[in-house]
Amino acid sequence: MSETPAIRVRGLSKRFGQLLAVDHVDLDVPRGRVYGFLGPNGSGKSTTIRMLCGLLTPSDGEIEVLGLRVPQQAEALRRRIGYMTQSFSLFADLTVGENLEFIAEILGVPRERKRARIAELMERYRLADRRKQLAGTMSGGQKQRLALACAVMHEPELLFLDEPTSAVDPESRREFWEALFELTDAGTTLLVSTHLMDEAERCHRLAILDRGRLVADGTPGALTSALGGRTWLVESDNPRRAQHALVEAPGVLGVAQVGHALRLLAADGQGEDWAAAVEQRLHGAGLSALLRSATPNLEDVFVAATRSVGPGGAA
Amino acid sequence: MNLRRLWAIMQKEVRQLRRDRITLAMIMVMPIVQLVLFGYAINLNLRGLDAAIVDQAQTSDSRALVMDMLATDVIRPVATARTPQGLIDLIRRGRINVGVVIPPDFEARKQDGRAVAQVLVDGSDATVAAAAAQLAQTPVDSRLPDLHAPYASTPPVPRIVVTSFYNPERRSAVNIVPGLIGVILTMTMVLFTAIAIVRERERGNMELLIAMPLSRSELMLGKVVPYVLIGLVQTTVILVLGRWLFDVPIRGSLLDVYLAALLLIASNLTLGLLISSRAQSQFQAMQMTFFIFLPSILLSGFMFPFSGMPRAAQWIAELLPLTHFLRLIRGIMLRNASLLDLWGDALALVVFTTVMMTAAILRFRKRLD
Repeated sequence: MSETPAIRVRGLSKRFGQLLAVDHVDLDVPRGRVYGFLGPNGSGKSTTIRMLCGLLTPSDGEIEVLGLRVPQQAEALRRRIGYMTQSFSLFADLTVGENLEFIAEILGVPRERKRARIAELMERYRLADRRKQLAGTMSGGQKQRLALACAVMHEPELLFLDEPTSAVDPESRREFWEALFELTDAGTTLLVSTHLMDEAERCHRLAILDRGRLVADGTPGALTSALGGRTWLVESDNPRRAQHALVEAPGVLGVAQVGHALRLLAADGQGEDWAAAVEQRLHGAGLSALLRSATPNLEDVFVAATRSVGPGGAA
Repeated sequence: MNLRRLWAIMQKEVRQLRRDRITLAMIMVMPIVQLVLFGYAINLNLRGLDAAIVDQAQTSDSRALVMDMLATDVIRPVATARTPQGLIDLIRRGRINVGVVIPPDFEARKQDGRAVAQVLVDGSDATVAAAAAQLAQTPVDSRLPDLHAPYASTPPVPRIVVTSFYNPERRSAVNIVPGLIGVILTMTMVLFTAIAIVRERERGNMELLIAMPLSRSELMLGKVVPYVLIGLVQTTVILVLGRWLFDVPIRGSLLDVYLAALLLIASNLTLGLLISSRAQSQFQAMQMTFFIFLPSILLSGFMFPFSGMPRAAQWIAELLPLTHFLRLIRGIMLRNASLLDLWGDALALVVFTTVMMTAAILRFRKRLD
C-alpha cells in the first residue's frame, strides 16, 4: 500500500503496578479495512485501544495514528477519530436527539449541516422514532446504534470500537456488522476488539492478543490455513472420559468437546502417526475412538497461538 | 476556549438537572427549611471583641475605667479614633465591633451619677451586642464600691450606656438570615460541583468526554456556570423569605448583596470542582464536602462568634470563603456598608476562586490513568 498505515505501533507496553497489561506490541493497521483485536477478557485489548486514542499514557513504545504521534498529538487526533466505548458512555438522562445534538456541538459539526447530519444518522441507524426517548431506557441494540451514530458524527477517518456487540443479541449483531461494512465502503478504517470468534471471522485482518502479548497477526484465512492438518475431530462413545485421557497426551495443545465429538488441536509437526498414537491411547483406556481431520477455525488459531507461547504452554 | 462547546456543556448540564426532580426540589426546599429552623435561635457570649476607645476626658479616672474595661478581656483595642463619629465609621466598615466613648465631661457626669460612658455596638452581630452588655457592668470606680450604698434599695442608675447600632432590638434573626445565605450556598454549591465530575466518572460518561475534542477549561466552566444561576435563585428565596418572615432589612444596595453572593458562589463552585477532581466516588465527594462544611459553619462566625475563637482557629477561618462572605453580607445588609468598604473580604473571595479554579483545571487530566 502506498499510503502510510492508519496505525503504526512499535514496542507498545502498559504497566499497571505489578501487572504488565500490554507487553511490547507491534502493530500495522492498513487503511480502509476492518482490523480485529481478538482475545479473552484481560488480554489487553481495551488498554491498547485506549492508548491508541490517547486516553492512557503508554509505559513504553511508540504510537503513530493517522500520521500523528500519540499521546503527544492526541488532541489534534480527537477530531479525526471516533471511539465507541465498551460500556454505554452516552448520557442516560438525555434523549436520543439531545445526545446526538450534544455530540454534534462538541465535535463542531457546522451549524448549517447539523440538522441534516443528525437526521441522516437517525435515519441510517433506525433511531428516528426514538428521538424523544431517554437513552437510558433503550434496549442494548438501540443504545449501541446510538453510540455508533455518535461515534461517526464527524465522519472520522478511523473508528475504534471496543467490544461493540458485547451487550446485544445475535440479530442486532448482524445488523451492526452490516453498518460497519458500510463505513469501510466509505473509506473508514475500523479497529474492532472482540472475544467472539464469529465476529473475528468477519474482520479483514486480525491481531490475536493474549495476556498483553500479540501472539498472531494476519488475515483470518491465512491464520486458519496455517493450521492445516493440525485439527482433528475425535468421535468416541464417552467424549468426557476421552477428553480427560487426552488432556495430558503428548502433542495435544487443546481438547474441547463439541456436541458428541471432541475437537483436538495438535502441536506443530504432528502427522498421521500421531493420530494413530492418539487412537491407540484411547483404545488403551478402554474407549472407542475414531479420528477425522477437520478444517481449522479461529478458535483453533487462538488456542494454537496462546498455548505455544504461553509461559505454562504444553509444547 | 470555544464558546459553542462551552454552551453545549452548559446546556447538557441544565437538561440533566431538569430531569433530576429530587435535586431540583432540594434546591428550593433546603433554603426554606433551614431559614425557618435557624431563624429562631442562637445567642451566645464572647470575649476579645475588636474595639476602639475614644477617651475625650483623659483624666486619671477615665483612664482607670478604660483599663478596667480592657481587663475584662471582653474587648481588645485594634484601632484608634478621635471622635464618636470616627468610631461609628469604623463599625460600619467592619473594622471594630465595639466602640467606647468617654465624653469630655466624664468627671462631672460621675459626680451627678449620670451615664459616664457609652458603648457603641455593632448590633448586626447578636453575640457582640450581648457581650457589650456585659461590658456595661464594669464598675465606674472600683476603688469606691460603696459610692451608691445609701441608694442600695433603689435600682442603680446605669453608669455606662450601651447603644446598639443596626439591630437595636437585638433580634437574632436579623443577623442569622444574611449568614444563612452563606451557609445554604456553601452547602449546596460545593456539593453540586463536588459530585459533578465524579458522577460522570461513575456513570461511564467520562471516557466519552475525554475522548472528545474538549478542553479542560471548557468542561470545567461548562459544568460550573449553570449552578451560578441556581445559587442566585437560592439567594433570592432567602432574601424574600427573610424579609417576609423575619423582617430582615437590606440596608445596603441590592446589587452589592448579589455581587457578594456571586463571589461566594464562585468560591464554592470552584472548591467543589477541586474536590471532584480528587474524589473517586460520589460518596467520597460528599465526605470531603462535609469535611469543609462543618468548619465553615463552626469557625466562620455564623454559629460561634469569630472574636471568641483562639488565634489558630481564626487563621483557619480566614481560609474559609464563608468567613469572608459573612463579613460582607452582614456589612452590606445590616450596616449599609458598600462592597468597596469591605474590599479586603471581597478580594479574599476573588483570590480563593482563582486559586481553586486553577488547581481544579490543572489537577484534571484528560487521561484515564
